[in-house]
Amino acid sequence: MVADVWAGRELAWRLFVRDLSAQYRQTFLGYVWAFLPPLAASLTFIFLNAQGIVKIDTGGMPYAAFAMMGTLLWQVFVDAMQMPSQALAQARPMLAKINFPREAILMAGAYMVGFNFLVRLVLLVGVMAWWKVVPNQSLALFLPAILALVICGMAFGMMLAPLGGLYGDITRGIPIVAQFWMLLTPVVYPARTSGLAGALAQFNPVSPLIVTARETLSGQPLTFLPAFVLVTIISLLVLIAGWIGFRIAMPHLIARMGG
Amino acid sequence: MNDEVLISVSGVSKKFCRSLKRSLWYGVQDVVGEALPFLRGKGGSVSQDEHSLRRDEFWAVNDVSFELKRGECLGLIGRNGAGKTTLLKMLNNLIKPDTGTITMRGRVGALIALGAGFNPILTGRENVYVNGSILGMTKQEIDEQIDEIIDFAEIREFIDSPVQSYSSGMQVRLGFAVATALKPDILILDEVLAVGDMAFRNKCYNRIGKLRTHAAVIFVSHNMDHVANITDVSAVMQKGHCVFVGPPSDAIRLYNQENQASQEDGSDFHTVEPPFTAITFNQDTFHIHYGEMLHLELFYKSTESISDTNIRVAFYDQNDAFFAEWNSSFHNTLYDFPYAGNSVALEIGPILFKSGSYRASLLIQKQNSIHHNVWISKAIRVNIAGSTRGYAPYQLTGAIKG
Repeated sequence: MVADVWAGRELAWRLFVRDLSAQYRQTFLGYVWAFLPPLAASLTFIFLNAQGIVKIDTGGMPYAAFAMMGTLLWQVFVDAMQMPSQALAQARPMLAKINFPREAILMAGAYMVGFNFLVRLVLLVGVMAWWKVVPNQSLALFLPAILALVICGMAFGMMLAPLGGLYGDITRGIPIVAQFWMLLTPVVYPARTSGLAGALAQFNPVSPLIVTARETLSGQPLTFLPAFVLVTIISLLVLIAGWIGFRIAMPHLIARMGG
Repeated sequence: MNDEVLISVSGVSKKFCRSLKRSLWYGVQDVVGEALPFLRGKGGSVSQDEHSLRRDEFWAVNDVSFELKRGECLGLIGRNGAGKTTLLKMLNNLIKPDTGTITMRGRVGALIALGAGFNPILTGRENVYVNGSILGMTKQEIDEQIDEIIDFAEIREFIDSPVQSYSSGMQVRLGFAVATALKPDILILDEVLAVGDMAFRNKCYNRIGKLRTHAAVIFVSHNMDHVANITDVSAVMQKGHCVFVGPPSDAIRLYNQENQASQEDGSDFHTVEPPFTAITFNQDTFHIHYGEMLHLELFYKSTESISDTNIRVAFYDQNDAFFAEWNSSFHNTLYDFPYAGNSVALEIGPILFKSGSYRASLLIQKQNSIHHNVWISKAIRVNIAGSTRGYAPYQLTGAIKG
């Protein structure tokens, strides 16, 4: 398994460069597309909040900054979750005809998630500078928090990918589920501790990740640290299990889905 | 040449499912069954014996076994759907056999699809690097060979243009050049050279010839001339079974028999237009020897006389290639068919075909007309007895005058 990852590293990089250089070559806006979806989502809530249609108390931080940071972080998770199924679907003709380390397409996909995050980071830094959100020493935990988001997203994605390779329901369903999931997660509002939202948040593995990642940026105290560590460890284990499942499922998928 | 066995296939089978919905569901069952083996055999839907067929399943490849040594070339022939490509996919480790084992030793180069993985927006050069790494080459290996690849593909002036502007032939050339730069121990070729012009195809066969001196080659083709020329041993597949492994000439004969049997099911057309109402022959099947004359007699019925006609007999070989013809106008003979009915005797020959089975069509048209009054397609079979060897269907006479 590890040997295949090593063998596939150069290929993964090539595929990433290929996808990257092809990704926005036929668009006018180019890399703007990397941060348009989270921007649109957060603008909706900024508008609703500004007009007083929904009242959200963020504990001192400007709401616009709060919402934008939330949606940008959420987008990292969604990207990572969609990646395995998407990579599989895109590489389908290649998978059916050429034998190469299959991990390469996942690695290339992970690079792409990382790259898109870096593009959004520019926007994130801009948002923080504009609304004067100042991080403190907990900023050091920002990178681990992002990694945890990616790992958790990929863990979900990897569990879904083998089934998604067979049934189109999965790839069609993910965006819909993701939309609801975002509203159930403290992305555009602070974490609740009571009521239905609070109860749901307790069983929502993404909540501590999003909240912690945002808190490392805003310099607020890290309120969910134990849950954050627990979710990260479980995600890592699920990811490894998903990877093993992916390797087992691959020949079956190729036999069933054809070229 | 050494006796190192590079490919060893024993008792390999693979089942496919006719129904897509069921196929997907079986796929889920198989994945779960393999990932969680303890669920298997405890009843429930997951339990499944790999030797039995579930509903709507069939054996795409059934109990195939063979071995191939370094320097050998195996020709795999069979009609469409016989299981050739499925077998190759299992050899290339793309899919797993349901039963049996496959052992491959060495670097495998497979040309099942040329240019798979080409991204249309990127340039030819970028794609060479991507495709090369997909096939398992390092950047350094590609750097060393890029010039040779470009020269072989003959696209130097377009190498920095996007691949979407290439013709399909250019894409195939580039794909083949990259794939064979790999210098594999085992080379698997699946009918990839059907496209591409003649000059490039010959170049490809030369390159395959060079590769096979130090590799084991498996070659799938529907072109029996290539199979006869390139392979040492041939396997014939019919409906998943490997029915024959042995000398190519015998394998090709078997394959041709199978093809003829299905051709005679009657897709060939039969046109007899007025004034002709019926045409029959003295025999439907002729058995003659190499160099003899063909005595073909036509019995016809007609509603009026028709003059100045041109009678043609067209010969087809086993590959359905139109390779020989007798044309009465070519011998300054125009025939006038009298009214009512009668017979016409033709003497055609000498028939200098190598031994085998051929088919002939009869065509009758008025001189200077493009319309055929009679076109009876491949209704006459001509079997040439004897053991005339040779590859080409038409074997000239001659002698060495020393």
